[in-house]
Order: sequence, then structure tokens, then C-alpha cells
Amino acid sequence: MSSNDNERNDQVLSDDHLPASPEGKSQVAVADDPFADPGLPHHEPRRQDIDERAAKRSERTISLLFTLAMLSTVGFIAVYSTVSVEKIVYIFPFGHVSATNFGLGLTLALALFATGAGAVHWARTLMSDLEVADERHAVEAAPEVRQKVFDDWKQGVAESQWTRRKMVRNTMLGALTLVPLTGVVLLRDLGPLPYSRLRHTAWEEGSLIINEATMQPLRPEDIVVGSLTQAMPEGLDPHAEDFHAEIAKAAVMLVRLEPEDIKDARSAEWGHEGILCYSKICTHIGCPATLYEQQTHHALCPCHQSTFDLADGARVLFGPAGHPLPQLRISVNDEGYLQALGDFEEPPGPSFWERG
Amino acid sequence: MAALVVLLLALAATGGLYAAFAPADEAKADDAAQSLAIEEGKRLYDVGCSSCHGAGGQGSSDGPSLVGVGAAAVDFQVGTGRMPMQQPGPQAPDKPAVYTQAEIDQLAAYIASLGPGPAQPNPSAYDPAEGNAAEGGELFRTNCSQCHNFTGQGGALTHGKEAPGLDDVDPRYIYEALLTGPQNMPSFPDSTLPEEQKQDIIAFLQEVNTSESENPGGFTLGGFGPVSEGLFAFTFGIGALIAVTVWVGARTAKARKS
Repeated sequence: MSSNDNERNDQVLSDDHLPASPEGKSQVAVADDPFADPGLPHHEPRRQDIDERAAKRSERTISLLFTLAMLSTVGFIAVYSTVSVEKIVYIFPFGHVSATNFGLGLTLALALFATGAGAVHWARTLMSDLEVADERHAVEAAPEVRQKVFDDWKQGVAESQWTRRKMVRNTMLGALTLVPLTGVVLLRDLGPLPYSRLRHTAWEEGSLIINEATMQPLRPEDIVVGSLTQAMPEGLDPHAEDFHAEIAKAAVMLVRLEPEDIKDARSAEWGHEGILCYSKICTHIGCPATLYEQQTHHALCPCHQSTFDLADGARVLFGPAGHPLPQLRISVNDEGYLQALGDFEEPPGPSFWERG
Repeated sequence: MAALVVLLLALAATGGLYAAFAPADEAKADDAAQSLAIEEGKRLYDVGCSSCHGAGGQGSSDGPSLVGVGAAAVDFQVGTGRMPMQQPGPQAPDKPAVYTQAEIDQLAAYIASLGPGPAQPNPSAYDPAEGNAAEGGELFRTNCSQCHNFTGQGGALTHGKEAPGLDDVDPRYIYEALLTGPQNMPSFPDSTLPEEQKQDIIAFLQEVNTSESENPGGFTLGGFGPVSEGLFAFTFGIGALIAVTVWVGARTAKARKS
């Protein structure tokens, strides 16, 4: 801003709203003031300001950068339209990467970088770099302006009969108060209430235990000591709409321990000849806790390292989980298949307020 | 490898000649070769293994019993160099194999004679070309990814143990590890994970986790997913921008360089 603008401001605003000028009476000159405003440093010209050949060189560099950006954009379009998305190329040090991904990324990065570099070089070498000072002015309006606003407001209140017609005023306040309730009511759409669904899973008495790998019911002789089997209840269709909601609660893992290794009597009784069936949903926040160490009988959760001792009723040994993994009571049916003797005794998965 | 091939050819030729000249005694000849291997295996076992696993493979306080672990377990543990173990520790890491394949086969024959266990698999059982990589991916994510990471990069377990990375592991050893459950890994016997599903898993690993695997996105950054990728972008992406900014700002545009 030039000094002309400053003069114009002085005319519009009264002196009271401007900071004291250096010549003002409030300014006290202190000899050897250590905090004196040193002012702006002496302006140094750039090479481009004094040498037209240097300016020409800058102009060419900037144009070159912008031209490179244009070519890169054209290259981006060319890569997009000609390179097959299936094509894989070897590029050191990235390895066997998609030619399309690499080409698009490279050309777009070059286009954006060259545009930015050109703009920065332009601003630094050719645009004016003269230092400019612009004084602040007060935020408060002039007294006459303020007075007019207050008068207008009072006149508006009087003309609207706000204080005289109280019924109009109160009903309007009521309307404004009630309107936000519509938004509060819509929060109900955040989901149907879970009711008792957190406490019940797809397991029921007589459910066969289906091996998730083969989708066949498991027999006790299939499960050898030291093995780990992921399973789900019979009757769940992986293509059904509610499959993920159900498997998220019902997924189990089966392990087999030597019966003398099982420390928890109830846990041993709920299993079948050393085969134990535990919920694999971590009781912390529901990751599948199936990092099973077959020698220590510990199951870990990959998310926060909660560790459960499957030999001791899935007691929590370490980590943020608050409950043992629920165990499913199992037995063998007349046809020799493993079956559940009912649902989990306690809700599987993460704790919730009403869990108890 | 060449020595092994020559040995196998020589063995095959000898066996063939023997069979041609004495067809009536075929079964007896196999038995004789088998008992010779068991005898040789026992000799190797007594020298290299019995100090921990006990004479006769019944185990000791320093090593588990080997009765019933089967030939596949021996082939995996000794073939990948995990056994003999270099020093006591939470886990036996893989290292260059100490025994030749012929010696491993003899050791395996001896251990297999101690009790029934899984046998060494047929090469056709673990040929990745025969497996379905897409099916294998599903199975891998359900059964293996919790410890070995979803592209088989491996991961940490408790108390110094770890699930090793599976990059460029010989398909035979992957198959044998699934079958036998080495160290703290649970086993996945054919009764719960049939042979063709193991093959699918091997095909999946071959697809995603070898030095030749195609990786459309470039750097895997350890294959840990969005956390490491985000950290990389944040550190190196923003770091590079700051470095360029500092470099631009540090250089004066003035004609007189002060």
C-alpha cells in the first residue's frame, strides 16, 4: 500500500483511532533507547532488478518449469490412456510394480512440483520484493455510527411490538426451542437397540461344529493335540445377509490339550476328551484372539497383546482384556460329531455397560 | 544338489538292477533298505540329537519326546537348520542346514520308526502351480494371518518367540510346518485342513510373498498395512516438503550475498 492510501485513511477515520504517529505528542524520545524501533533495513536490489539479462534468464527458467508441468500433464493423460492396468514392470528399488501406478504417480508429481517450483521462482526473482508497511487501524466504529446502530435497534424493538404482544413473543420462543428436538429424535436412527442380541449367538443345543476351512462338521478324532481349528455353528450361510453379524459373535477356535495339562476342572468338563472350544473374539475390543502357541497353550490377541491361558479356562494373563474368553460346552452326538450343548454362558466379545 | 541327484540316480539304478535280477525278493529288498536307513539314522541321532531328546527319542528336560512326530517333522526341523539347535532359547531360528538331505532322510526314517507320525509329503502335494491362490488367500487369512501377517511377513509372539516371515520358504517346508506344527505353531492336520487346501495356501504365498511377487503399489514397507504406510508418508513426505522449504528460504535472492 502506498502513502496515498494512508492519507486517505486519515481523512475517513479520526486521529483517535489511529496509532500515534512518530511525530505525535505521545511519542517520548528516549536517548539510547535499547528497544527503539530500528525500522526496515535498507532495501537491497536483486540481480534481476539491475541486470535485464538475469531477468530474462529467470523468465526462461520459469517458463521452462511451467512447460515441463504442461508436458507432464500430457504425459499423465498418455499413460492413462495407453498403458494397460495389468502391466507389471520391474523398477529399482520398488520391485515389480504396476506400470500404470508408477507412470501416473510420476507424471502427476512432476506436473504439480514443476508448477509450484515455477511459481516460487517467479515470486522470488521477478515479482517486486519491495518491503511495504501498512499501519493498523482501530476495530471500533466511530461514535456516531455506533449511536445510529443502537437507535435503529431500539426503533426496531418498538415497531415489532415485542414487549407489548407477549403471546406472539412467547409462542415464537417456544417454536425456536422445540425445532432442535427434530434433530435429537433423528439420533434414534443410529441403529436399532441391541436388546438381548449381545447375549445370544447362533450356537444352540445340538449345533454341529463346522470347520471353517472345509465347511464340514468336525469329529473329535479330526482334532489332534497341538492343532488349531477355526469353526462356526452349523446353519450359518456365508452368503446370507446377516452372516457377518452372526459370525462376529459365534466364531470359535478348537484346540486339543493332553487332559492332564488342563488346570481348570470346569473347563475340562466343558470340553470333550481334552478338546476345548473357546470364543475367539477378544473380550477387549473384539479382534480375533487366535495367535495360539501350542506349547504354552497361550492365545494372544494381535491388536493389544491380551494373552489368555487356554489351559486354565482362558484366564487373562496379560493385556487390557477384562474377561476370560467364553468357553462353549461341547460333547459328541450319536453320530460321532462334535456338537454344542447350548449357547455361551456369558456374552462373547467386548464388554458393554449392561454386561454385569 | 548334484551329489544328491547322483546319489538318487545311483540308488535308483542299483534298486532297479536288483529288482530286475531278483523280482521275487522285491519286498524283502525294500525292507532291507529301510532297516539300513533306520540303522544309519539311529547312528546319526545318537551323535547329534540324543543329548537333548534322550536316547531312543523319549525326550528329556532339554528337549521334547520325538516319539510319533513323524518323518515330516524331522525333514522340516533339520532341513531348515532349526535342529540341531545352536543354543537354548525361546525359539530355534532357521539357519543353514547341518545335515545333507540323505542324512536327513535317514534321521527321518529312524524317528518314524519310533512311532506313527506324518510322513514326508509327495512333491505333487505342495506344487504351487496346482493350488488355487484365491482360495488359499481366504484360508491363509482365517488360519495363518493372525501370527504370520496377511502376506506372510511374520510377527512377534510372547517372551522372545516369533512367527517367522514366510518369504521365499521352500513350499515343501511350508507344507511340512502346516502338517506337523513345529515349536509353538499349532498343527493343521489333513483332518482339519486337507491336502489340497494346504496346496492352495502355498499357491497364495507364492503369489504374494516371494521376491518375484508382483506388488502393484511398490514399497511394501514391511507389509504391516496403513500404520507403517501413514508413518512413512508423514515422516518422509512432510519431511521432504520441509527440507525443500528450508532450502528455498535459506538462499537469498539478493544480488549482494551478505
